[in-house]
Amino acid sequence: MEPVIHLRDAVTVLGRFPALAGVDLDVTRGEIVLVAGPNGAGKSTLLRLCAGLAPLAKGSGQVLGFDLERRRREIRRRVGYLGHTNGLYLDLTAEENVRFWARSVGAPVGDAVATLDRLEVAQRWRSLAVAHLSAGQRRRTALACLVVRRPEIWFLDEPHTGLDATSRDLLDSLVREAVTGGATALVASHELDRSAALASREIRIVGGVVAGAGDESERPTGDS
Amino acid sequence: MWRDAMLVAGKDLRIEARSKIALNQIAPFALVVLLLFAFALDPDRGFLQEATPGLFWIAVLLSTLLVVQRSYAVESADGGRDALRMTGLDPAGVFLGKSAAVFVVLAMLEVGLGVGVRLMYDTSLRGWPVLVVATVAATTGLVAAGTVYGALAAGLRVRETLLPLLFLPVVAPVMIGGTRAFAAALDGSSGEAWRWCGLLITFAVAYVALGMLLFEPLLEDS
Repeated sequence: MEPVIHLRDAVTVLGRFPALAGVDLDVTRGEIVLVAGPNGAGKSTLLRLCAGLAPLAKGSGQVLGFDLERRRREIRRRVGYLGHTNGLYLDLTAEENVRFWARSVGAPVGDAVATLDRLEVAQRWRSLAVAHLSAGQRRRTALACLVVRRPEIWFLDEPHTGLDATSRDLLDSLVREAVTGGATALVASHELDRSAALASREIRIVGGVVAGAGDESERPTGDS
Repeated sequence: MWRDAMLVAGKDLRIEARSKIALNQIAPFALVVLLLFAFALDPDRGFLQEATPGLFWIAVLLSTLLVVQRSYAVESADGGRDALRMTGLDPAGVFLGKSAAVFVVLAMLEVGLGVGVRLMYDTSLRGWPVLVVATVAATTGLVAAGTVYGALAAGLRVRETLLPLLFLPVVAPVMIGGTRAFAAALDGSSGEAWRWCGLLITFAVAYVALGMLLFEPLLEDS
């Protein structure tokens, strides 16, 4: 099967520091790949590279068949990225933020409301400015902004951070649901117990390179 | 592109309507600038009436800096810049949308400043058609240049101090053109005023075109 992510000797330089120092990676449609590794190993940069946010300095890469050097905008339209920050407009309400994201991909406004319902976002804080929401509520709103776009690939960087147990379960079920529907997910996380249970494969990044990779038969156990 | 521009402009104007930064902070600031000039230049000696066009445009220029900085501050908070890139919106549409929102806010400020110079400087406003055309052209130029340089500075830690350094020298033609067009219009020399409008329109068209072309690399690389 044609990989939806294909990297060969991919290098990304942040300032003068090679955050990724020659990554080879293939991810096929329908996988949930856990990206593990110590702090500063390059997990976030790998996700940002694949999402079209970080530049490819050397090597080659395609995401969904689009070249990572020349067609990053096409990639961004088709993928979703939830990073360490939420990317929300603090003066807008939760619902207005989700509507903005829905309209950015031409989705009907009704999708925004349906997504907020799906994410069990309480009516009483949908109309509050994001600035007045708690960290967990903001994270859930950011997740709604991602979901409403129906991305083909989900890039989730420490997605469970700031979420309560119910929200974490909800996030995991959303990822599984999306993958069942044909999406793919890359999840960078330090919470290996939870993320490993979600993932179908684990790769480990050390010093900006992929140090180990498994396949479906090497499903992570959560203690790696 | 137009759909994306409308989306971004609507979002920015909604944020402004909620936060009321322009109304509660920038408009009072601009009026205080006018007031300070009134204190500095004795109103009884007639300097103020003569200097009205320049003082008006200086107040507009300083307000433009604040409005543009605010426009990008909302994108910097909470990783908004990455989010804006992730939307996949047409960069030219983003440029036009952000410019349009800044234009609307500045236009409202200019109306307030116009009332301010009329009341504080006792300047009689004549030559309305050319004043309106000069204001629209000059504001478009300021907004387009501000949006370009705002994007350039937005990704940097020193953006607050860098933006004025980049922006102010570049918009010198707008300051000169706007001041001369206003001065000529207020003197009743509308022919000369229209000639200055030509410069303002040329600058505005050049910077709108430049912004539409350059906004993608500016969003990507700065």
